Amino acid sequence: MKSAVLVFPGSNCDRDLAVAIEQITGRAPEMVWHRDTDLPEGTDLIAVPGGFSYGDYLRSGAMAARSPIMAAVGEAAAKGVPVLGICNGFQVLTEAGLLPGALMRNAGLHFVCRPVRLTVENSQSIFTSRYQAGEQIVIPVAHHDGNYQADVETLDRLEGEGRVAFRYSGEVNGSARNIAGIVNAAGNVLGMMPHPERALEPAHGNSDGRRLFEGLLEAVA
Amino acid sequence: MKARVFVTLKPGVLDPQGKAIHHALEGLGFEGVEDVRAGKLIELDLAEGTSDDEIAEMCRKLLANTVIENFKIERLGA
Repeated sequence: MKSAVLVFPGSNCDRDLAVAIEQITGRAPEMVWHRDTDLPEGTDLIAVPGGFSYGDYLRSGAMAARSPIMAAVGEAAAKGVPVLGICNGFQVLTEAGLLPGALMRNAGLHFVCRPVRLTVENSQSIFTSRYQAGEQIVIPVAHHDGNYQADVETLDRLEGEGRVAFRYSGEVNGSARNIAGIVNAAGNVLGMMPHPERALEPAHGNSDGRRLFEGLLEAVA
Repeated sequence: MKARVFVTLKPGVLDPQGKAIHHALEGLGFEGVEDVRAGKLIELDLAEGTSDDEIAEMCRKLLANTVIENFKIERLGA
């Protein structure tokens, strides 16, 4: 699988994500600078990493979403190339309009940094095919702006179309309907606040994130 | 010319920062504060002749997230 990890100034999870992808796919991703205008030829997976791009100035993900590479990401996504956005990557994808809604300051005002229990809502997507619908998994979160909000109509549509991928099993950050991750209408773009790349192997304390990457590899290969 | 852009959360959108400020004001003993909403003020120093439409375009494209935020433009001076 030929993957690309976007690199924005200030992001601090791009290497973690690259290591995770290389472990699963056996091939190191291309690191693509935000000022580039093209993705490497034949990119099978675009990964948008977590970690405070542009220092979260203005709004989380706002500046990264308007960087030159995002036009190419939008075009690739429209053609069906899988796009995985984690944490700040989720914020970037909503700011870029590739996913609906917005991520706001956590309702409790605290930075939340701990393993959280999630329910896998849908195992039909290319991102969740290795999980069972309704299964409980544990993945760490680390964010200040993870409070997912959208209007009622959008929330109803997301739920009605089975586009909620993951839900927090308890209150974490005030997210509407406890949403932790959603996919786009075509099913090839996932945004999620928890960090599956930090739950990959026993040394991480938990390997529940591993199957997300394995499912992707299987879908793309 | 200078312009100011005020970015505020839309009515009905939960404002955790406003709530925290509200609690802090109550803690200081100020009574009668019904509600607090926090927003952003962005000052722009612009070329002469920049139109309101151009500033509004800046707001829609970057300065405000219109999913959750409103913006208001104020021109300063003549």
